[in-house]
Amino acid sequence: MKEMKILSPTAILGYGFPVESFEKAMALEPDVIAVDAGSTDPGPFYLGDGVSFTDRLAVKRDLTIMIKAALKAHIPLLIGSAGGSGADVHLLWCVEIVREILGDQHQAKVAVISAEVSKEKVHQALFDNQAVPLTAVPPLTHDDIENCTRIVAQMGLKPFIKALDMGADIIVAGRTYDPVAFAALAIRKGYDKGLALHLGKILECAAIAATPGSGSDCMMGCIGKDYFRVFPLNEKRRCTTLSVAAHTLYEKSDPYHLHGPDGVIDLSDCHFEQQDDRTVKITGTRFHEAEIPNVKLEGAKVVGFRTVSIAGIRDSILISQIDEVLEAVRETTKNNFAEQLTDYHLDFKVYGKNGVMGDLEPVRTITSHELGLIIDVVAKTQADANAICSFARSTMLHYGYKGRISTAGNLAFPYSPSDFKAGEVYEFCIYHLIPYEEDMFTISWSGGQS
Amino acid sequence: MIVKLIDVAKIIRSKNSGPYELTLDVIFKDWDMYDKVIKSKQFNKHLIAQLYGIDENDVLGIIEFLPAKAIKATIKRKIASGSIGETDVYGAQQHAPLLDIEFDLEDI
Repeated sequence: MKEMKILSPTAILGYGFPVESFEKAMALEPDVIAVDAGSTDPGPFYLGDGVSFTDRLAVKRDLTIMIKAALKAHIPLLIGSAGGSGADVHLLWCVEIVREILGDQHQAKVAVISAEVSKEKVHQALFDNQAVPLTAVPPLTHDDIENCTRIVAQMGLKPFIKALDMGADIIVAGRTYDPVAFAALAIRKGYDKGLALHLGKILECAAIAATPGSGSDCMMGCIGKDYFRVFPLNEKRRCTTLSVAAHTLYEKSDPYHLHGPDGVIDLSDCHFEQQDDRTVKITGTRFHEAEIPNVKLEGAKVVGFRTVSIAGIRDSILISQIDEVLEAVRETTKNNFAEQLTDYHLDFKVYGKNGVMGDLEPVRTITSHELGLIIDVVAKTQADANAICSFARSTMLHYGYKGRISTAGNLAFPYSPSDFKAGEVYEFCIYHLIPYEEDMFTISWSGGQS
Repeated sequence: MIVKLIDVAKIIRSKNSGPYELTLDVIFKDWDMYDKVIKSKQFNKHLIAQLYGIDENDVLGIIEFLPAKAIKATIKRKIASGSIGETDVYGAQQHAPLLDIEFDLEDI
């Protein structure tokens, strides 16, 4: 079995990569270029609101280089989780960029795979008792389904392999299980599923698994019959058994068993070996095919609108009683609007105290000479959020705490205006498994030319 | 012998593992110290629960990962990432309490 090469140019489409690394990789004649474009890391807003967390110009820059190279080398380009969250609106955003790059000069068969799931399907799964919450996730409710702006399912290998069978030059896929875009072509060609998906798991973060690590540099993966190898293209980086093994831990609760839509990647007998100074060889990864394939759903709902005010506090007398003062501001705000406006969340983030860790902060006594304060309000409408934030801010500014000798104002505002409207606020409310169905991920073709 | 974790660890970090879990990684510098700490069983659910002021049941698991000389703990997030009241959407700055861990390895 001839070794197959898979190029991962960057950790997230739009994070960039040095052209020198990319050209070095293309000189090695890879069989496929693959890139992961998404993540839930940036939080629920991007899925909920239907926008990308990466910048359009940066995505276009990366894609321009990748598309031109892939077409020139006659190799496929596979993009997973397009537009960041991988719903249809994100997919279209990415396809439009691909179309712009292709223009009239370049011909390519572009497969577009939707990952959006209808609410009806999810309601039905819940009725049938088949929506299983993942660890630490509350049970699903019909209200949550209804309140989601859109719901996506993480696709596995099947839609990618089908699109490749149909002759796709470029695949732009909605929400995708991260390793799939990297593993699909190898698995279609008969390489071992466990090895290919484990390789995909490493490649999806590009050179992050190298040392020094980088999410903005290229990584090459080579798969053979019973092993795979990874190495970075940039001479300044190397893969070590530790850097690659350490990456396996990253963002995973159980690094020995990685669950995906097609089954479980099993690393129990996996062996990491330093092949040369910059290359790590991996053997022994196994795969347990899922008996009943399922897909992970993701959905977010609107919970209100946010307004924030940012300020600093430097007065030591105020700092010494900050908790009591904030509680008094909360109480005054509540009483002031008792008749008009009661449905809101007022949260104070106090940097220099517990702004980073909140309730998890073990340090209770502070010695900070200054504090950063964010007055964070979420309410049913933007106007309501503005009102509460404005009132809490002015109350805090002039609050007469015990022993106050600085009577001109309690807050240092770095900005005018002092308050910022942040718009819709979303919350994840679906993170559940439902059984896979054949018709879940539909393939359409963009660009026409083939 | 009292051993400070920051002296024997190469990497100490935290990150979301999906929007509902937070996972804490410790990767050791050398095998000797890794083996000693693992054998002492002092990096356990009780320690993590104490450090973060949470219920032991909310420490979802402690896993040793030999290929990386690593041990990790996963805890339940109090709220899903980015929900109202969030302080760290990516969960990337929740590792700080681990920096203060000390192990008593006297009998090993």
